[in-house]
Amino acid sequence: MEQAFFLLLAAVAVTAALLVVLARNPIHSALALVACLVQIAALYVLLGAPFLAVIQIFVYVGAVMVLFLFVIMMLDVRKEAQVRFLRGPLLPGLVVLAVLAGEMIALLLHSTRLHAVMGPGQPVLEQPSVADLSLLLFQEYLLPFEVASVILLVALIGAVVLAREDGASAAKAARKEPRGAAR
Amino acid sequence: MDSLLTLLPMLVKMAIVVGVLLLLPLPLTWMERKIAAHIQQRPGPMRVGWHGLLQPLADALKLLTKEDHIPADADRRLFAMAPVVALVPPFLVFTAIPFGTPVQLFGQEVTLMISDMNVGLLFILAVSGIGVFGTILAGWSSNSKYAVLGSLRSIAQMISYEIPMGFSVIGVVMLAQSMNLSQIVAAQEGLWNIVLQPIGFFVFFVAGLAEAQRIPFDLPEAEGDLGAGYHTEYSGIRFSLFMLAEYLVVVMLAALNVLLFFGGWNGAPPFVPEPVWFLLKVGFFVWVFMWFRFTFPRYRYDQLMTIGWKVLLPLSLLNILVSGLWML
Repeated sequence: MEQAFFLLLAAVAVTAALLVVLARNPIHSALALVACLVQIAALYVLLGAPFLAVIQIFVYVGAVMVLFLFVIMMLDVRKEAQVRFLRGPLLPGLVVLAVLAGEMIALLLHSTRLHAVMGPGQPVLEQPSVADLSLLLFQEYLLPFEVASVILLVALIGAVVLAREDGASAAKAARKEPRGAAR
Repeated sequence: MDSLLTLLPMLVKMAIVVGVLLLLPLPLTWMERKIAAHIQQRPGPMRVGWHGLLQPLADALKLLTKEDHIPADADRRLFAMAPVVALVPPFLVFTAIPFGTPVQLFGQEVTLMISDMNVGLLFILAVSGIGVFGTILAGWSSNSKYAVLGSLRSIAQMISYEIPMGFSVIGVVMLAQSMNLSQIVAAQEGLWNIVLQPIGFFVFFVAGLAEAQRIPFDLPEAEGDLGAGYHTEYSGIRFSLFMLAEYLVVVMLAALNVLLFFGGWNGAPPFVPEPVWFLLKVGFFVWVFMWFRFTFPRYRYDQLMTIGWKVLLPLSLLNILVSGLWML
């Protein structure tokens, strides 16, 4: 039963992921990505991590993808839609694809470390509670958590600075405009 | 056979919830028109049935028989998908909403909810956030200026108000020590959260109005400047699906307000069953939403953004801080 669900979800996720790359229209790509992320959230539920699944939907589907769509809709989509993802000869792309796939397969088949992580017999808690998760996050993994927050803060400030510079130069350009017109 | 017996109550509950939700907009449209009419001192629909009670049926028939029009340059597949995408999240949300404490039925304990999730509240917030995709798809696929503007507005609005909405319930979660909705209700047995979390309620209520895109925050479909916003190009049955989704979001928000801040089914008067008491409270909040619609003017777009980011967000953060200090 569980395996059947896994196969279904995985198949849809891979199909959606392929659509992200192959679709000509950026909006269609973004929607395929949404479908893919929802499937992955469902996989988290199968793995017994409902909190992670809900956060995945909350953050990635509900916020990140909505912003993606916002940006795509602001761009001139009709022109972009004509450009294919892979232009020119396909050979280099296929070579890279083959190398990456080979690496992944080698990793899955031969890596001892990976199998140590995934190894069977690890008991999954019946219903891991949110309280357990937060205790782990704020006690055992406090440092990585804080580092991640600081990195996000830096990114946020960086984005604000970039946007402000853009706004200032645009304002300058706007101020120059009437003088040029007067000449 | 055994699995069928465990599945059966679940299937019955699902059927009841879906059936009721599908029929609910009929009385709600009548209520909305009557409330609007009485606030504006006119009788409202009176012709079809007693005091216009059958008017929603007539409207539904009219919508079903209208021409299904698709604009020439529309993205046809997405255009057809959008109403369905808009409709799924409101239905999904009701899987996590409890309607009362478990009852004994035929010697079995039956919970009055479809799924008792330990992250129920977060699930509801996350899924209701997906609702915006229907709006986005509708606006974009119609290939019309008004529709695109409407959906751009609605994206910005949803993103801005999701944050204070999420933050405003953290106080409730802190008090109940749980994200499970039945436990949140159980924690309010003595004292309703509205007493302890007035700021949280205010932020949640206002953000909820904005999330439901009701007046005074219905910028995405402002008929004065955008035609009808994102569903300008929709007609007939597809349009009515959008209507259905909007009413369900209103009911969902009313239910959440009751569950989180007004004690859920707690405090029922004697001889009134818990679910009935809960639904009465939900009905009251639905009425409040409709009352607001015909009382307040629409905000300007910059005012909308200011309220979201400069008023509600700091207020919700302050609420978390105060709740934390108080609990220490």
